[in-house]
Amino acid sequence: MSGFHTNSKVIGWVEQRLPIFSFLHHSAVEYPTPKNLNYWWNFGSLAGFQLVVMILSGIFLAANYTAHTSLAFDSVERIMRDVNYGWFMRYLHANGASMFFLLVYTHMLRGLYYGSYKAPRELLWWLGVVIYLCMMGTAFMGYVLPWGQMSFWGATVITNLFSAFPVVGKFIVTWLWGGFAVDNPTLNRFYAFHYLLPFVIYALMVVHLWALHTVKSNNPLGIDVKTPQDTIPFHPYFTIKDLFGIGVFLMIYMAFVFWAPNFFGEPDNYIKANPMVTPPHIVPEWYFLPFYAILRAFTMDLWIIPAKLQGVVAMFSAIIVLLFLPWLDTSKVRSAAFRPIYKQLFWVFVADCVVLGYCGGKPPEGNLVMIGQLATAYYFLHFLVILPIVGKIEKTRPLPASISSAVLKPMEKA
Amino acid sequence: MAEPASHAQPGGDGQTRRDFLLQATTAVGVVGTCLSLWPFIDSMNPAADTLALSTTDVDLSSVKVGQSITVVWQGKPVFVRHRTPDEIAAAAKDDGETMRDPQKDADRVKKAEWLVLIGVCTHLGCIPGGQKPGDSRGDFGGWMCPCHGSHYDTSGRIRKGPAPANLAVPPYTFTSASTIRIG
Repeated sequence: MSGFHTNSKVIGWVEQRLPIFSFLHHSAVEYPTPKNLNYWWNFGSLAGFQLVVMILSGIFLAANYTAHTSLAFDSVERIMRDVNYGWFMRYLHANGASMFFLLVYTHMLRGLYYGSYKAPRELLWWLGVVIYLCMMGTAFMGYVLPWGQMSFWGATVITNLFSAFPVVGKFIVTWLWGGFAVDNPTLNRFYAFHYLLPFVIYALMVVHLWALHTVKSNNPLGIDVKTPQDTIPFHPYFTIKDLFGIGVFLMIYMAFVFWAPNFFGEPDNYIKANPMVTPPHIVPEWYFLPFYAILRAFTMDLWIIPAKLQGVVAMFSAIIVLLFLPWLDTSKVRSAAFRPIYKQLFWVFVADCVVLGYCGGKPPEGNLVMIGQLATAYYFLHFLVILPIVGKIEKTRPLPASISSAVLKPMEKA
Repeated sequence: MAEPASHAQPGGDGQTRRDFLLQATTAVGVVGTCLSLWPFIDSMNPAADTLALSTTDVDLSSVKVGQSITVVWQGKPVFVRHRTPDEIAAAAKDDGETMRDPQKDADRVKKAEWLVLIGVCTHLGCIPGGQKPGDSRGDFGGWMCPCHGSHYDTSGRIRKGPAPANLAVPPYTFTSASTIRIG
């Protein structure tokens, strides 16, 4: 199976003791990749690249950062003003977080559109959801570290979410804080976990790739690879394509780093944290806004369930529901290209997420409350009602016989 | 020449002393491993020095009628308000109103003119406005939280908005006629 062989005595010697060269050859050179992948398939490797950028810039920031409430804010300002290229490391890291989420959201939407979560890729999808959850935790704790006003009050509001759980809520919050308010013990432990989690994500990414290489990539047609004619080797065809993607991505990323480094930031976070003054309008980072809108959509107590608990449960459910997606989507056809109804519903869902994000960023007043509630209802309706039904009633278009036949004999109108 | 009694016979139920020992050892090992997690979990609870900061003494003599002060207790703001007779009357009058977290005003104070509250909104932990003369004090003349619009009355009870409970009353005692110890 392995097409790896060598004439080098040194490589042969290593190979006999640790088959690392044949492993690399097998998984990064001859790895059979569907020949019809489009550019949406670049975002997985881009996200992997960005994880490395975040870990690197983060380690060099850590070398100059002090996790203490009286020193953290000033140590970040010192990084910005005094440390050689400190500003560059910090802007790489801060904008890099936004870019990382942008890449991962695109990667996830690619999976939603082309049905990449369906059998046999359910575990691959699950690992992705777990990576996403870890990213959210990492990003949240990282945002606390500069110890600005948004850092402090974001941490206060989000940790207070856990107080919604009956009986144990208060103890959970005190335990998370290590005190009776967000304070030095909180900052210290957030720093420790913010440093740890990226390596957990890295390990999860390796398992994600392991699962991927077991079941192989999905493709825009969503049909299985049938013959060797359907694939081309990963190297050089996709190594070069992924490198090209990284080049395009870096142009966009660096445009923010150099020309609009505070575009994604909140001015309030350049004010040192003050536990006695709440800013008038607390907003999370943009990548959390849809979930923040879901959290705030619940305003009425139901029987004994307070509105606050409903919001918290709904917010967590909005992510947990993704784990059930492989079974909620009942359609046998993977790609939206052959699903005329789902294709449109996909874009309605994307629009719904954008509306939720907009509502999450504004104060909950006037019509926005109602719009946020309707968008929240639709979010869950999409997964829990629409997908199961559409999969059953939708008349899908005929699938091509194979990936190569779709290329060789372009489909008729269908 | 009988076989040892403990040895499983072919066709018996298959349980041997060895199986029992294996299962018992595994069970003890699993329980022990779980118990060993506790020190790690508990190390994240408030440390002794954090707990040591648990009392704050406040001198009330300089707080005039109608004035409020904010003091820090356990890293949290505590509102101490010298209530006017009107505010006390309004709070007592509303005792019978429908409330989310029903409580009588008399149960929330030690002396009617001194209202002592933890100044943390019970919704998501923001600090309600109403301590400074220029602040909006909401529809019920007490405090109003800027984050999600919870209105509290002159007894610190939740009257409108998303907060689930009244502003909490910290444990405190009058150490003299004009000083209190919180905590």
